[in-house]
Amino acid sequence: MKPKYSYYPGCSLERNAQAYNQSAVAVAERLGFELDEIDDWNCCGAVEYIALEMLPSYALVARNLVLAANQSGNGCQVVAPCSACYLNLRKAVRYMRDDPKLAEGVNMALAAGGLEYKQDSVKVRHLLDVVVNDVGHEQIADMVTKPLYGLKIAPYYGCLLARPEWYGRNDDPEYPTSMDKLMQILGAEVVEFQAR
Amino acid sequence: MSTMTQRARAPSFMEKVIAATPGGDPRLELCLQCGTCGGSCPSGAEMDHTPRQLFAMIEAGYQDDVLRSNSFWYCVSCYYCMTRCPQDIHITDIMYTLKRSAIQAGLYRESSAADAPDFSETFIDYVERYGRSFELGLATRYHIRHHPLNVVKMATSFGLNMFRKGRLNLTPIRIKRIDQLQAILDRAKEIDRRGDA
Repeated sequence: MKPKYSYYPGCSLERNAQAYNQSAVAVAERLGFELDEIDDWNCCGAVEYIALEMLPSYALVARNLVLAANQSGNGCQVVAPCSACYLNLRKAVRYMRDDPKLAEGVNMALAAGGLEYKQDSVKVRHLLDVVVNDVGHEQIADMVTKPLYGLKIAPYYGCLLARPEWYGRNDDPEYPTSMDKLMQILGAEVVEFQAR
Repeated sequence: MSTMTQRARAPSFMEKVIAATPGGDPRLELCLQCGTCGGSCPSGAEMDHTPRQLFAMIEAGYQDDVLRSNSFWYCVSCYYCMTRCPQDIHITDIMYTLKRSAIQAGLYRESSAADAPDFSETFIDYVERYGRSFELGLATRYHIRHHPLNVVKMATSFGLNMFRKGRLNLTPIRIKRIDQLQAILDRAKEIDRRGDA
């Protein structure tokens, strides 16, 4: 049975970065796991909604978490390839766990749409984390057919993938290296690079 | 024998900021002014006040000066400050709270980042109407209002290329249950407003 993850592409992957979307799905297929796109997902709000409204911005994210749990089962793992979406999803999970008043407010809002968020119903993962930790370097190394010989790569992680340092983080928040090893396994030369 | 009357005190500015910041205790009162946040901030040089200075002002109750500052509008959500803060203060979340407060008080208009909220408002307008963000709408509407020449520049440089490569939606995508999302967001706003009363 192929491992199946709930999939949240996010607005950018929908069109602007659809190359990333297509390759993520293709790579998942090849690596042996399935990405089940959440039906009727909505925008995560990026860093914009939280600047205007508090409770609506968390309710906006929570709708996706509930849709995922309803579609893929309680305890499912939601994979987000976009780092901003990834942060918003896992931050909503964490903050609703740490702040009962927030969870209560969000659920009161969700009720207007006939939805309910249950604690621990969803776990949020980044695509890189799934590839590196669930599939693993060894398995990937075995599957390489066209090595990236001659390609010099500077892996850029970005702030929202590396930080904040919370559960689900599998890499250093100041100097992440999980993509470096992955690129090396694929045959590329990884250059030394500070601004990760 | 005298009796002391206990008068309820209005919350201080710092208490209001703390109460308006979700996600558990933001620990703002524990700031020891070490300056790690200001030193780590990639936008610090552009800010009227570094995060550290802002927290000193909040603690001192300089509400209007804080809300007039451009500082939090320059926050890029890198989370370096929050990761490195020795007191585990939820700095980035406090920046978001200050953005919301500056808009509510109307004081953002007196900052040098007066057009920043409009970007967020335009972005969110599309999300609230369609359930997804709409880049073309955001770029054109925002820039036409604030930097009109940019629209021509963008359209003739990368705009056309993006369209040719199928990377630009000309019309917004609407989710099926936009009614459900709108009901949820409207109720959330109502609850938020009630809390402010």
